[in-house]
Amino acid sequence: MIETEHLTKRFDVLTAVDDLTLRVEPGEVLGFLGPNGAGKSTTMKMIAGFLAPSAGSARVCGHDVVADAAGARAALGYLPEGAPAYGEMVPWSFLVFVARLRGLRGAERRARLDAVIEQLHLGPVLQQPIATLSKGFKRRVGLAQALLHDPPALILDEPTDGLDPNQKHEVRALINAIAPAKTIVISTHILEEVESVCTRAAIISDGRLVADEHTGGAARALALPQRGHGRARRAGAGRRRRARRARRRRGVERAPDGHSLTVFGRDGLDTAERVRACAGEHGWTVAALRAEGGRLDDVFRAITRGSAETAA
Amino acid sequence: MRAIGAIFRRELGAYFVTPVAYVFLVIFLALMGALTFYFGNFYERGQADLGAFFGLHPWLYAFLVPALAMRLWAEERDAGTIELLLTLPVTTAQAVIAKFLAAWAFTTLALALTAPMWWTVNYLGNPDNGVIAASYLGSALMAGGFLAIGSFVSALTRSQVVAFVLGFVLCFVLLMAGYPLVLDAFGSWAPQAVVDAVAALSFQNHFDSIRRGVLELRDGIYFVGLIAFFLFANVAVIEMKKGE
Repeated sequence: MIETEHLTKRFDVLTAVDDLTLRVEPGEVLGFLGPNGAGKSTTMKMIAGFLAPSAGSARVCGHDVVADAAGARAALGYLPEGAPAYGEMVPWSFLVFVARLRGLRGAERRARLDAVIEQLHLGPVLQQPIATLSKGFKRRVGLAQALLHDPPALILDEPTDGLDPNQKHEVRALINAIAPAKTIVISTHILEEVESVCTRAAIISDGRLVADEHTGGAARALALPQRGHGRARRAGAGRRRRARRARRRRGVERAPDGHSLTVFGRDGLDTAERVRACAGEHGWTVAALRAEGGRLDDVFRAITRGSAETAA
Repeated sequence: MRAIGAIFRRELGAYFVTPVAYVFLVIFLALMGALTFYFGNFYERGQADLGAFFGLHPWLYAFLVPALAMRLWAEERDAGTIELLLTLPVTTAQAVIAKFLAAWAFTTLALALTAPMWWTVNYLGNPDNGVIAASYLGSALMAGGFLAIGSFVSALTRSQVVAFVLGFVLCFVLLMAGYPLVLDAFGSWAPQAVVDAVAALSFQNHFDSIRRGVLELRDGIYFVGLIAFFLFANVAVIEMKKGE
């Protein structure tokens, strides 16, 4: 379990994280979203014990990260942003180094090393200096390091940043595989990642939590947009509000080119199927019909821009 | 202890997987040998001792040790590995001590490799081996002092070049603290007590008294105190600058 209570970090004049209260239970994968500079990394650094909070507290599996730093660190695996590792070392000696620091020894160390090497397919590059590895392998070495002591809680700062689509898929599959037994927080600005691995999404902007939603099951894609549009509407100007209100009534949006329409569905209904049926009924010619998933992108933009406007 | 041991091993290993160790050892030994014979007039002195050899150590250390120490923290910060290291189950103090000890062990190894000089004087004559042993000890302590300064300076910046230049200047000033170059800068305005205090900080004076074969407590305290002070400052600087 990972908890923060009124967590705050101030740097001189800037408040990077502002009164953040979160609670992530075992089995949950929290997607931590936000534009660059929103305070995602700073929050994670505080939970990981790298930065001291200016106010508030954070706990990992019940261990306060300041008062019981050793306990909190033992319970946590942390992948810092960019997966830093000692470039001159080979993955094998790097992992042995981390295992030593983690207090793993003898047969247990051997077993854990074998397990993470197998899990992350590091076999072929074990004796190659980390500095010469591809981005994908570097990231995997970072993940191996975080998973080495089989921690109950994991914090992964942009685990798939800079990876190619295959590598992204692999990392996500790995997170999905280990998720049921662990408490995981991942930060990302790739929205599809939230949909593919997270059970819950928290959006942070200017250091404040602006949305925190469970995304499970069929409602996954839709739960966020509804709330998102609500927020955007409040932030918008009068005319935009009226237009949006009208559109919401009809549930249809006309694109600026005048040739395409977007039909907004409601939870549990197959929108594409209904559009097709409707077109057939009226004898319309449809050049292309495309079903869009949850429009998390729009929500993300609306929420984070909206809060920036209110802040300004 | 576990944490210090693990970091110590990694750090010491890091010197040898990169060319750093070999370049440093070759330059160190070549300079030691060449300077002793050419500038120290090793043969012409006609004395079976290592006075000329040890007299060079402070000057060689002043620029070789900062070169060795510059990477200690600047590299960690530049590569971002400091975030990895300091979120593992280690305290900042443990990491600082482990890194310092690894670098110190490495300089001690370099020093030990000058043993052929010792054999040479024993082959040529009958030197006072007690004085030579004391000089080696003093030299190792002095290297530790320079290293602590270098490690501290390395934590101030993420640029290794800046760390080297600052480290060199600081070591040089402490080395020259007993000479008119530094003392005159104070003598013109500061009271005599301050000038004496600055002179007492000189590396040279303390090293000289050790290498005369006089093992005095105050010289040992001076070097150990200096190391402790700069390592303490090192920890404070890392804690302070982590957020940047």
